Amino acid sequence: LFVIFGIDVASILLGGISAGMVLFIISVGLSVTMGLMGFVNLAHGAFAMFGGYVIVLAMNELGVAFVPALALGFIVTAIVSLVLERLLYKRLYRAGELDQVLFTIGLVFVFIAGVTLVVGPETQPFQPPAALRGQLDLGFMTYRTYSIFLIVVGVLIVVGLWLGFERTRLGAQIRATVDNRRMAESLGINVDRLFSITFAFGSGMAALGGGLGAEFLGLDPQYALKYLVYFLIVVSVGGLGTVTGVFYASVLIGVLDFVLKLYLPKGGTIFIFALTILLLLWRPHGLFKRTEA
Amino acid sequence: MSAVTSPSDRPGHALTRSEHAAARMLIARHHVRWWEPIPWILALAYFFAFPSYLGFGTDLLITILFALSLDLALGYAGILTLGHAAFFGAGAYTVGLLAYHGIWSEPLTSLVLAAIVAAIIGLASGLVLLRTTGLTLLMLTLCTMALLEEGANMAHEWTGGFDGLPSLTIPPIFGLFEFNPLYPRTQYIYALIVLFLGFLVVRAIIYSPFGQSLTGIRENMLRMHAVGSPVRWRLVTCYTISAALAGIAGGLWAQTNAYVNLTTLSLDRAATVFIILILGGYGRLYGAFVGAVAYLVLSHFLARVYPTAWQLGLGILLVVIALFARNGVLGIADSLWRRWQAGRKP
Repeated sequence: LFVIFGIDVASILLGGISAGMVLFIISVGLSVTMGLMGFVNLAHGAFAMFGGYVIVLAMNELGVAFVPALALGFIVTAIVSLVLERLLYKRLYRAGELDQVLFTIGLVFVFIAGVTLVVGPETQPFQPPAALRGQLDLGFMTYRTYSIFLIVVGVLIVVGLWLGFERTRLGAQIRATVDNRRMAESLGINVDRLFSITFAFGSGMAALGGGLGAEFLGLDPQYALKYLVYFLIVVSVGGLGTVTGVFYASVLIGVLDFVLKLYLPKGGTIFIFALTILLLLWRPHGLFKRTEA
Repeated sequence: MSAVTSPSDRPGHALTRSEHAAARMLIARHHVRWWEPIPWILALAYFFAFPSYLGFGTDLLITILFALSLDLALGYAGILTLGHAAFFGAGAYTVGLLAYHGIWSEPLTSLVLAAIVAAIIGLASGLVLLRTTGLTLLMLTLCTMALLEEGANMAHEWTGGFDGLPSLTIPPIFGLFEFNPLYPRTQYIYALIVLFLGFLVVRAIIYSPFGQSLTGIRENMLRMHAVGSPVRWRLVTCYTISAALAGIAGGLWAQTNAYVNLTTLSLDRAATVFIILILGGYGRLYGAFVGAVAYLVLSHFLARVYPTAWQLGLGILLVVIALFARNGVLGIADSLWRRWQAGRKP
């Protein structure tokens, strides 16, 4: 009996963690860009949706293989976001949060309407490549191959980002700017350029997440708004400008959501909202803020 | 008023303090301008001019009241909230639940109850939420609203869940004026009077010293702390009043539509009223009016025919407003008027 129970727990954990990985891949860019510039970017979900569409359409319509399609989605979304950042976002860095919220909501509408016009309002079908379908034997149990794949990819990305964040010059510059922007600027760090790079990279990551998560999040024009609250919850619980914080928060929310959907299919999300409120009241800057400012 | 020396303070200067241009402007600030009756005359004219569009007109008036309540919190006090539909929905569900379960349905007292319930939620959530600012505040208001929405969804034995509470019976006002769903004349006049009263309250607040201190908090919270203003209590009071007004708007919505559903608590409604207010111009008394008329008329005629094009156009409009016209339609009108005046003078 205990063995069965253990396997049950393991399968719930695996499902939740794989969902959490996708949440992490999408949200990490949002956390870092918000931490850097204090810019309230509600259009981040729209970038994830846009990238997801690029990836899925490339696979379904053009017959591009899975991995090249992911790369394509990353690059296209990064370029689009870079253009938007240089042309439009840049003008609002010194504006109030109100204008930033309004601007990014407007951008979300443009993305939703644009996708509806070009592609259509229906949900896009997503099929993982044949090698990732079916079940994988883990030795003590079998589990969906795609979920295991997501976990492996997620762990690789976390490790890669953590190394990049903690061990490279660029990462050090980002950390310095999140901690004290003025000081970083007076030390000669080109914060504008730094921000452009992280913004494009973060949007590209969101695109990856949009494509990888299309299997269970679905992909339709309302995606940009539907999951926005989740991304924002992850970022505000994890803390702004952190990689590890967002990772823990994503896994936490992913597992919690999975468990609640399983045992309380009606209104289980209410606990996530309540928990977020309590957490933010206890620690307004999130659980894992880099420094106590 | 302050320690800054103005030209009139210098000895030998002919002007006394109250004759100074700035002082005269401050004293006359709350006086009724010549154009202020115009919206109300237009609203009355609408009643006679478009008898077949009174349902739309009623919705418009309620939206104005809702946007006005948001203006008090967001526009004047600078409380960044994306969850104002929480109070709209609280008011709507108060009226709806009381009427549906046959507990109480008299319209005017129901509205008062809706205001009280929304104010209590506003006070309770304001006490805890208003310690925070920026993104955290935004998230907390969003989560509070989502919490209420999920709560209403879960308690479906009482609230009807996703389907809401259909066909409420609302008795006539004073036992005389009946709500007729086909010819909503009573609803229109009723909503107009409630809006007018709500407007008077907001107008009185923003021109009072209390309202001035709210603007001060919006502009520079640190400085208001430094001059000894009880910042948090001011914000909580403002948030509570704003919540009560939003609750009244929600109660009106429930009464005039004779049903309540989850959309009254949705992010969609909160985002729409946010957009309306900023479209018209926040932090100015008539921004809610201009924004609601512009938004609802456009969406009424465009959204039905070309929903996607409407969303695209709205998105582009919001981006343009955020980038180039920070003060909305009224802000643009204001600067054009100033330019015209400046051109006339020399």
